[in-house]
Amino acid sequence: MFSFLARRLITVFLPTLFGMSILVFGAMHLIPGSYVDVLLGVGQDITPEHRQQIVAQYGLDKSVPMQYLTWLGNVLTGDFGNSLKSGNAVSSEILSRLPVTLELAVLATVVSLLLAIPAGIISALYRGHWIDTVLRLVALVGLSVPNFLIATMLVLFVSTQWKVLPTTGFVPIGDGLGANLRSLVLPVISLGALLAASIMRMMRSSMLEELGKEYLTVARAKGLQQRTVVLGHALRNSLIPVITVVGIQTGYMLGGTVIVEQVFAIPGIGRLALDAVSQRDYPLVMGSVLFIASAFVFMNLVTDIIYGFVDPRIRVGGKAQ
Amino acid sequence: MSDVATLPLAPAPGRGKTLRRLARRNKVAAVAGLILLVIIVLSLLAPVLGLSDPVLMSPADRLKPPGEAGLMGTDRFGRDIFARILFGTRISLIVGVAAVLVAAFFGTIIGLIAGYVGRWQEYVSMRVMDVLFSFPSIVLAILIVTIVGAGFPSIVMAIALVQTPIFARIVRGSTLSVKNMEYVHAAEAGGADMGLILRRHILPNVAAPILVQLALSMSGAITMEAALSYLGLGAVPPTPSLGSMLNENRSSMEIAPWTVLYPGLALAVIVLCINMFGDAVRDYMDPRIRKSM
Repeated sequence: MFSFLARRLITVFLPTLFGMSILVFGAMHLIPGSYVDVLLGVGQDITPEHRQQIVAQYGLDKSVPMQYLTWLGNVLTGDFGNSLKSGNAVSSEILSRLPVTLELAVLATVVSLLLAIPAGIISALYRGHWIDTVLRLVALVGLSVPNFLIATMLVLFVSTQWKVLPTTGFVPIGDGLGANLRSLVLPVISLGALLAASIMRMMRSSMLEELGKEYLTVARAKGLQQRTVVLGHALRNSLIPVITVVGIQTGYMLGGTVIVEQVFAIPGIGRLALDAVSQRDYPLVMGSVLFIASAFVFMNLVTDIIYGFVDPRIRVGGKAQ
Repeated sequence: MSDVATLPLAPAPGRGKTLRRLARRNKVAAVAGLILLVIIVLSLLAPVLGLSDPVLMSPADRLKPPGEAGLMGTDRFGRDIFARILFGTRISLIVGVAAVLVAAFFGTIIGLIAGYVGRWQEYVSMRVMDVLFSFPSIVLAILIVTIVGAGFPSIVMAIALVQTPIFARIVRGSTLSVKNMEYVHAAEAGGADMGLILRRHILPNVAAPILVQLALSMSGAITMEAALSYLGLGAVPPTPSLGSMLNENRSSMEIAPWTVLYPGLALAVIVLCINMFGDAVRDYMDPRIRKSM
């Protein structure tokens, strides 16, 4: 198991992070105009001496590879620089927004799992029945329709027409858990729809595959009830491919939060990144983009590890190589 | 979406009959394809249909419900929603097609060279593709729009960059399986240069998966265009786009639900139809699935 983990770390995780850091760093240096002007903002009247001082302060007089190494060194110690607008450290800006995004993502994942796994099992057991057709149609909509459209339609019907839930506006958890959760119902549905649809589809197909296998025929032949066969035997094995889907889609969810947070005015990391883009706050853009992307790669690594735990074949295969 | 196991058996078809057989086999895909065709034709003909100007504001007609002014009412600037949807769809389609073609072009070249040449060219290009692929697509797009600025050229670039690794991976995989075929070795022995071998002998044999991916990538591209425009990074007002319509009409959605309902429905129908059509094409073209049918 350990060698499997180490191999994933060295061959996939670290090179990808390294590449990402180059891409983000390079992107910021491709912005038209010199980086000094970007840092200073437009319309700043400064003396050449002051300019030189800033150039030296940010190390911009060094060669680009040197600048990259300095920047990378800082990033590795958690120093993403300071926001141009607020002056606060980018890392503390990110950390202050993290809990909200985490709450949203965790709730969406939990709700998706609770709804989609039973739905997938039911859909597989009632294959061809109208229940199956309806569930698969719902999944198709969840897979196809983009989250901001689901969000807009939810707000349109649930909030403005039926007036069941508040439209937008996030209530912090400090103002009461009930109000906080109420303000997250629509965001969680919008964010979780894609995940739930993917889980349900994968659950259905892997359950169907398991149900056709011989060991289940044996289980039935020795007189086990359908309930025991499905929940006791088939479920365990058919969950393995579902784990991958959950892992990968939870990673994508980090991208989804960018949009959903914007729609519902939730002050999370996604909104931080978007605000940074619109305010041309480049250190903040670099920091938040790199953070979201690293979290995404990290989720994929975690998925690999969990996969290795539940499926011994992968672990053993890793050792053999 | 099509349930593969329920599809009837059929022998491998000739080239011209492919689409017709596909339609007969999968009715859902046929309907989806037909709806798509209507939408494409309508939106491409939008400038000559005699619709009202999609960007001209007319304060006298603001927020008129459907029927009273135009087929789908007007927005808070008095602009005809139906006209804006058609013009917006036109832009979505053009951006989507352009982005996917750019991605397919570069992805194919990268995939062909990586697969055929191997060595460090393969390692470097595939690691770069891995990195691009590892960004959540919307975040990568945001990064690009930050550099290049909002507007259509930059979102075409952003979407293309998100889609390129998909094509590169697919083409590389197919190239690997083709490059050791006897006819490739024969061409090599005959002294053909690499460009000729790639164009004449390998490309035609990896074309099918590229075509399938073109269809599958379209819905992703259109969704991404809508998302970026929704976030204000794509279409620059007053240019209509399905995404920006959803965003700009949010404030009037309580009193005039049609201003977001119809653009939303249009986007949902387009994406659903492309997905159903794309899935059917993939199921049909994938020899593994076809054999198992």
